[in-house]
Amino acid sequence: MSKPKFAMYWAAACGGCEIAVLQIKEKILEVAENFDIVFWPVATDFKYKDVEAMADGEILLTLFNGAVRNSENEYMAHLLRQKSQVLVAFGACAAQGGIPGLANVSTAAEIKELVYIDNPSVQNPDRVFPVERFEVPEGELDLPHLYDTVRALDQVEDVDYYIPGCPPEGPQIWAVLETIIGILKNGGDLPPKGTVLGAGTKTCCDECSRVKKEKKITGFKKPWEVPWDPETCLLEQGIICMGPVTRDGCGGRCTSVGMPCRGCYGPPPGVTDQGAKMLSTLASIIDAESPEKIAEIAATVPDPLGTFYRFGLAKSMLRRAKV
Amino acid sequence: MSAHEFEPRIVGFLCRWCSYNGADLAGTSRMKYPPNLIPIKTNCSGRVDPTHVMKAFAEGADGVLISGCHPGDCHYINGNWRTAGRYPMMKKLLEQLNIDPRRLRLEWVSAAEGDKWARVVTEFIEEVRELGPLGWKDQVADEYEQQEAVSA
Repeated sequence: MSKPKFAMYWAAACGGCEIAVLQIKEKILEVAENFDIVFWPVATDFKYKDVEAMADGEILLTLFNGAVRNSENEYMAHLLRQKSQVLVAFGACAAQGGIPGLANVSTAAEIKELVYIDNPSVQNPDRVFPVERFEVPEGELDLPHLYDTVRALDQVEDVDYYIPGCPPEGPQIWAVLETIIGILKNGGDLPPKGTVLGAGTKTCCDECSRVKKEKKITGFKKPWEVPWDPETCLLEQGIICMGPVTRDGCGGRCTSVGMPCRGCYGPPPGVTDQGAKMLSTLASIIDAESPEKIAEIAATVPDPLGTFYRFGLAKSMLRRAKV
Repeated sequence: MSAHEFEPRIVGFLCRWCSYNGADLAGTSRMKYPPNLIPIKTNCSGRVDPTHVMKAFAEGADGVLISGCHPGDCHYINGNWRTAGRYPMMKKLLEQLNIDPRRLRLEWVSAAEGDKWARVVTEFIEEVRELGPLGWKDQVADEYEQQEAVSA
């Protein structure tokens, strides 16, 4: 019997998710032993046409990392959905829009203007922009069309499971792959559709090793503005930490070394808009003698959008800035 | 008034102890004000999660009014203090999303201030009318249709 087929694809993302898979170390050999790797552009030389030639549902498992922000990403999302039995949104970008989702504060035209004209290190007096189609003697060349709005994978296609994180933690990736391999070998049922795999059901605070007491802050601070304190909750020190509104599963890695949680594991169960919840949390812990004073302190929050929606803008209620 | 004139859709979150009763008083006192506001009763203005505000805009509201007890009068002692803290953050966030922050408003209206309620709502509706429609639902739908057309 031939082995079940495995694919991995990289859409609008930094590539960190691809590296994260190697965090499972020698266990990658077990993946190769149990799966036939049929498509993985970073690691193997299969082409799009090889995927196109496959029968529908021929691939058992596809890990799709990256958001969808151009026509190529979208084409591959549709194609891989068609050819895969199980499509997994792998990593913060595919699951939440991730860092690329922050591009939703601008439009494609504004981004191109910045990159090809306004960037201080660019000289482009003739306003030369890349074109999407170009005729050469050998035929027509084309580039993917850049969209105005970055989308998470499930805003484009039907997604079976989510593995959050920027990037997902190695042991968590292995736990998911091991479960799937176990089911393949010994039978059993896959988890219900829509399940978030490789993560917990509580918040990052639950895993964080720091001591939490009553939260009362009188202003916002950056990590380098406070004396080193490996014990006290970062929020209690006035550092904006996304822990209370972020799903657990990472083991509290950032907070254990004094860096606030950035929210990469996405919202915990029951929360749809991670940023709005963080805003609410933060406003609730400001301590001052009057509501006016509280409002004054709240108004000093630096960059609410970039901080609260660092990974979740594309999947937030409003999804993008007004055009 | 022409049939095509823009009529703003406003969602109002009113605390049940003060503002909702204030709005009731405006009604029972037969004060006249425009009917563009859809009131939603909440236990406290502090119960108004910013998610509710975002959802209201995402679902087509042109403006959102949050109204609660005056500071010091909160039935839950300091629920409205939290609202006071969320408000400037939400304003700043809306600005970053290129939404005019005037579309969100916070007012303190007590159960005895039916006249203030009528005035606040009238003023706010006129302000939003001048800002024009926000049309969030259409914006997102158009965007996705365009993208799908390109990729097809």
